[in-house]
Amino acid sequence: MSTIDAPRSSPTPARRNGVNWEKWGWIYMRASGVVLVVLIFGHLFINLMTGDGVKAIDFAFVAGKYATPFWQVWDLLMLWLALIHGANGMRTLVNDYATSPRLGKVLKGAIFASAAILIILGTLVIFTFDPCPAVPADQFHLLPSFCPPQ
Amino acid sequence: MAAATETLTAADAFTITLIIRRFLPEVDDEARWESFDVSVYSTDRVLDALHKIKWEQDGTLSFRRSCAHGICGSDAMRINGRNRLACKTLVKDLDVTQPIYVEAIKGLPLEKDLIVDMEPFFEAYRAVKPFLMANTVPEAGKERTQSIAQRSIFDDTTKCILCAACTTSCPVFWTDGQYFGPAAIVNAHRFIFDSRDDAADVRLDILNDKEGVWRCRTTFNCTEACPRGIEVTQAIAEVKQAVLRGKR
Repeated sequence: MSTIDAPRSSPTPARRNGVNWEKWGWIYMRASGVVLVVLIFGHLFINLMTGDGVKAIDFAFVAGKYATPFWQVWDLLMLWLALIHGANGMRTLVNDYATSPRLGKVLKGAIFASAAILIILGTLVIFTFDPCPAVPADQFHLLPSFCPPQ
Repeated sequence: MAAATETLTAADAFTITLIIRRFLPEVDDEARWESFDVSVYSTDRVLDALHKIKWEQDGTLSFRRSCAHGICGSDAMRINGRNRLACKTLVKDLDVTQPIYVEAIKGLPLEKDLIVDMEPFFEAYRAVKPFLMANTVPEAGKERTQSIAQRSIFDDTTKCILCAACTTSCPVFWTDGQYFGPAAIVNAHRFIFDSRDDAADVRLDILNDKEGVWRCRTTFNCTEACPRGIEVTQAIAEVKQAVLRGKR
């Protein structure tokens, strides 16, 4: 009924050319996971344990962090790695559990779109955040108190 | 010694209830649960209980078994929600105060009662080329030699009896019938890490596929299900590492 290749027949390559996304996805999950452990616990430690702890976190604290390139890079890495890590994890869940290919496509499209939007918005915030923007005179009262008088 | 020579008498028998998932394709539109009361001894196995039902109560009950001693791998079934061999599961090891649920292994097409179509399973098995592919000819009059250390690398995966208990316990296989499944990867492992074999790269390339080792989510269902005690998840992890290295 079923046939098995003769042992001496030349082995046929099973696969197509191109990037092996499943393999790189698998590697990415492990690599980003290790880096994220450091980034997230470092983030929590600096924000919650050092100095005045959680009471120190306010608008000025965040503004201060985003004024330093070090924290810009730290948060950027955390944003990209975590969102892609999470989105890829949800993609594998869809692969495992979506019963119809069309539903899978829709769900994966939604996951990709939401991750892409969050990454773009987050990156925009990290690099363009200005706690003391130039505003018309009647809106000075909206600026935080530490801003220099305009 | 007294216990060893002790024989069981009719008074030692007790009644258990088996609830079996029946499906007779000529009669049933879909599977249904049917309950049977069987008188068994503590030394009986679930297979003995199934025999008693088939021989004494309902001859239409269908299941596979060949050697009935845990070697042929014919009678893998889902007993109380776990994949096991009916011939290796003693009744006394189950909770006999409750009914014992018996059903066919999941993820393969149900044919009749406890019998499934094993063809997709064997197709995946064949796809990994489970036979020795050597480019060299052994010295005249000699066999291919192997050290104890070389042999021990793949010793665990030589124990597979192809019962499909692992593959049909895998949640990835349940939803994705294209996945090679644990058993095929175990049998690829058996040859990939064999020092006498020269085609590890071929098998690694086959398993470095969308439906290959990367679909494994390390849920350990396979390791738990294996009636031969093979560390299936570990074998899969070793194949993953070999794929990343590009060689065994």
